Amino acid sequence: MSDSHSSSAPSVPGGNEPRKMVIGLSTAEDYDARRQAAVLGNEDDDDEMPTEPMELNMGPSHPSTHGTVRIVLTVEGETVTDADVQIGYLHRAFEKESEHATYTQVFPYTDRLNYVSPMLNNVGYALAVEKLLGIVDDVPERAQYIRVIVGELARIADHLTATAAGSMELGAMTIYFYAIKAREWIWEILEEISGARMTHSYVRVGGVAYDLHPDIPSKIRTLMPKIQMALHDVKELLFENRIFRDRMDGIGVFSQEQALSYGWTGVSLRSTGVPYDVRKDHPYLVYDRFDFSVPVGTTGDNFDRFILRIEEITQSMRILNQAFDQMPEGPVVVDDPRIILPPKQAVYNTIESMIAHFKIIVDGVKVPPGEIYSYTEAGNGELGFYIVSDGTGRPYRLRCRPPCFMITSALREMIVGHGIADIVPTFDMMNMIGGECDR
Amino acid sequence: MSQRLLDRAHAVFGPRIVSSHAFHGDETIVVEGTDIHDVLSTLRADAEAKLDFLVDLTAVDHYGREPRFEVVYHLRSMATGERLRVKAEVPDTDDGTEPSIATICDLWKCADWMEREVFDMFGIKFTGHPDLRRILLYEEFIGYPLRKDYPKEKRQPLVRRDPNT
Repeated sequence: MSDSHSSSAPSVPGGNEPRKMVIGLSTAEDYDARRQAAVLGNEDDDDEMPTEPMELNMGPSHPSTHGTVRIVLTVEGETVTDADVQIGYLHRAFEKESEHATYTQVFPYTDRLNYVSPMLNNVGYALAVEKLLGIVDDVPERAQYIRVIVGELARIADHLTATAAGSMELGAMTIYFYAIKAREWIWEILEEISGARMTHSYVRVGGVAYDLHPDIPSKIRTLMPKIQMALHDVKELLFENRIFRDRMDGIGVFSQEQALSYGWTGVSLRSTGVPYDVRKDHPYLVYDRFDFSVPVGTTGDNFDRFILRIEEITQSMRILNQAFDQMPEGPVVVDDPRIILPPKQAVYNTIESMIAHFKIIVDGVKVPPGEIYSYTEAGNGELGFYIVSDGTGRPYRLRCRPPCFMITSALREMIVGHGIADIVPTFDMMNMIGGECDR
Repeated sequence: MSQRLLDRAHAVFGPRIVSSHAFHGDETIVVEGTDIHDVLSTLRADAEAKLDFLVDLTAVDHYGREPRFEVVYHLRSMATGERLRVKAEVPDTDDGTEPSIATICDLWKCADWMEREVFDMFGIKFTGHPDLRRILLYEEFIGYPLRKDYPKEKRQPLVRRDPNT
């Protein structure tokens, strides 16, 4: 503010002083001075427009909420003073439906949990049922390697999607195209393996649906340098980009204690420096045979979560390379007629196989009574399945522990006190997937 | 999960453990619903158990059995990686009100949303919860869908009617 306003008397229209043009409550000169002060940065805070709390709905159809979450914000100016994160817009009663489906029929539902990496959900659920059946170690080695391969491909696709969407919402449209193109290559491979582009339903209790085509390993191997190239482009374009770094560095910082209290797992927890990865800490399938590292962050901010995803793609590619080298020949399903459908040829030609086929389809795989909790590392963290069985072919209770449910529950604490614009990168980097969070 | 933790829990709680079992490497202790806050905070602070990470919180409806509900907590020790499942028995009430159990929001912040989900789906009240309301379903929803006596085919479309008509 200039001194002229406070010292000079209010202008009187028709008086001796030259008449000043009035804009709103202040004069034109006053306006110019205020504008000049704003540009020079020596604005006097006392003269700012008074603000009052305003309620603002972000979502459910806001572009950065991916259409599935609503954040009721209380804002004071640009600062968020309170937030109510409301989820459930994509609730499809996964757990209730599963109680009425046979163990095999649940697979298509699991595809729709984290719909960006359905293979990982397939694998996690299959391992849970196998643990209940007590056949985890009986699954043929080749099937275990195939599960690792499709799982790691899905993980790469998941991280690429999070990277792409996160960058796009900060205005980096080019990155989006680079990363989504790379994801499309992976989905083409997965389509070739399973027959479906997104909802694969490829894994079965006791193995996988079909063997890999002999060409698949070489195809993925030629693909990997291309993905590496795309990642290189992403890094080159973004890591030195001032706009991107300003919105990611030091935004959405979460401490280790907070993250552990909120039940964070996966990339989000590792960004705070806790090296917890289910693949390392509780190796399942054949993960203990691979040489890979678990990258961890230092500050727990959005940029850490971004860079960790890119680093994990590289680690997944290391696992893929080793898996192709080690993968043995052999069957891809467990040899147990109580679990596996007989071959179609036999179903049409022998009455025994026909009956076996009928019993498995109608009654489901008979699972002994008991309860287990099985967990795997999915795209967002620890994906757990808690199954209570009463000895029939359908689960008595099936609970899915969705990793991003716990991560999203921390969103309120992460955004309160920050600007509205900070919500977008913070929300993107926690990679909330509605299908998994709401089930 | 770990047999060591099961032994430790028996040593600490003694007769307060209603039953315990191990199945496919998952060790479980069952306690009374009224004990749960004390049991979990003890396990969390215990120097030998150090179960400081709440992995999951859910419930099971054993319809037709007494006690009807079980609230299930999955714990993990971040130091050793060992796990333990703690189940709390929650009997149904006779007068039609919701059964209740103490909240553990003060121990782990993630319990906030998970308890809201259990309330939403099973109608179990968590006493002391700061903000207990439905989370996945809408406020107008009647009943608790994951209870076994809620029919799967039941439909409750959300139709907002003008109160003046």
